[in-house]
Amino acid sequence: MLELRNVCFQVDNEGKEILNDINLTIDEEKFIAITGPNGGGKSTLAKIIMGIEKPTSGKILFNGEDITEVSITERAKKGISFAFQQPVRFKGITVRDLITLAKGEKISKEEACEYLSEVGLCANDYIDREVNASLSGGEIKRIEIATAMARKSQLSIFDEPEAGIDIWSFNNLIRVFEKLHSQTKGSLIIISHQERILNIADEIIVIADGQVTEKGKKEDILPKLLCKSKEACKFYQKA
Amino acid sequence: MDELQKHMLDEISGIHEIPEGAYNIRSNGTSIGRNSTANIQIDTKKDKPGIDIHIKPGTVHESVHIPVILSETGLTDLVYNDFYIGEGADVTIVAGCGIHNCGNQKSQHDGIHTFYIEKNAKVKYIEKHYGEGEGTGERVLNPQTIVYMEDGSYMDMETVQIKGVDSTVRVTKAKLKADAKIVIREKIMTHGNQTAETNFEVDLDGENSGADVVSRSVAKNTSHQRFLSKINGNNKCNGHTECDAIIMDHGSVSAIPELTANNIDASLIHEAAIGKIAGEQITKLMTLGLTEAEAEAQIISGFLK
Repeated sequence: MLELRNVCFQVDNEGKEILNDINLTIDEEKFIAITGPNGGGKSTLAKIIMGIEKPTSGKILFNGEDITEVSITERAKKGISFAFQQPVRFKGITVRDLITLAKGEKISKEEACEYLSEVGLCANDYIDREVNASLSGGEIKRIEIATAMARKSQLSIFDEPEAGIDIWSFNNLIRVFEKLHSQTKGSLIIISHQERILNIADEIIVIADGQVTEKGKKEDILPKLLCKSKEACKFYQKA
Repeated sequence: MDELQKHMLDEISGIHEIPEGAYNIRSNGTSIGRNSTANIQIDTKKDKPGIDIHIKPGTVHESVHIPVILSETGLTDLVYNDFYIGEGADVTIVAGCGIHNCGNQKSQHDGIHTFYIEKNAKVKYIEKHYGEGEGTGERVLNPQTIVYMEDGSYMDMETVQIKGVDSTVRVTKAKLKADAKIVIREKIMTHGNQTAETNFEVDLDGENSGADVVSRSVAKNTSHQRFLSKINGNNKCNGHTECDAIIMDHGSVSAIPELTANNIDASLIHEAAIGKIAGEQITKLMTLGLTEAEAEAQIISGFLK
């Protein structure tokens, strides 16, 4: 369904390689977890799939069609959705407005309630709230997830959905993704550092230093990740 | 009323026919319809153009509509409307002016509204301004609102000017006694080479009086806006003013606060934020399938909602 061919991404001014020759194929109805160290290029990869960043070279194919030059809007219409790591805030736009825009049609309060209760928010309290600075980090993060769910896309990308979600809600979050995976026909790509999220994925991809360093079934990759914890840099101690 | 008048009425007050309750409809400088009720008396002024509106003490859940329509080119309309709101009343007043100028001369309406709000009375005051017309003549609106608030009174003022007014200078002055509170919400959008200036001046004279003045505006093309807000804290009081503006194209906005605390217990705050639409907001809405132009329109309409 999604194929990345030799995708490279450089930062303009420094020429620093953020992604270096990424080749990936993501099949239909798969739950993929992407993990790896901070600064390894995971979020950049997600943004390149959504079209927020354009690769310096390489090709992106979606359902066999080359979408490398296709805009964010068109990709969204073709069936890709994206939940931001740091959700955007808007003055005056309400939770209901945002879910309506995501769904692409008017929704009833009951329907909005369905999405919001999935992420542990009471529709009565939230539906008419503005998606502005008055929402806490955890609240806006959940709304972001509910919005992505409402899109029912063929491919949904979540960039660190667990960040800012409290530990009690975390169990629910796991359930949300399990349900999303079992009930919708689409594929999920979730960028995460959480073992429990990795544990419910079909496949795990490890990205480090802009490259795919591991890729395979969860059963094969997860045990390797858990026993391999690299020592931190001790540069100053050496001196 | 003809079709044009009905259309203008709809734009400024959202009413399609003759409103319920008390009203006075002014068109091209003369009153074309009026109704007083048992509690609300509307009379023509004797010494100058305009009307006096007396609202009896204790009148609740009643409304007054006083729309103004200008459709003749080259007309300058000056009007004084005085509102006397009796003790303990709770009413909604809907004013507004629509100019349809299809000629090449300036059409101007200057409405001077004075409110005398008695003890513990509550007023919701809504004022919409709108301009249209194919002509090259300017559409000018200069509203003045002067408010005297007695002990424990409350005023919620909402002013909207979204389209078609070439030049506007708005002056709003309020003097508040003890426990009185005024809330002002202003929304302005300017385009083309329009100019809009708003001046707020609030005197918080009484103990525990309060003012909350918030302006949200969008300046497009080469239009210019100027927002002045002056709050004088002369007693133990709370004052807050905020200017939140989006600029587009070559639009420009100035925000000028002047807060004066003349009492040790006066607490006054000013906030201002001016800038273009954040790129990430547009990106976010594009990921939901909106085009860049649709995203921009959505952000603006939310902002001015």
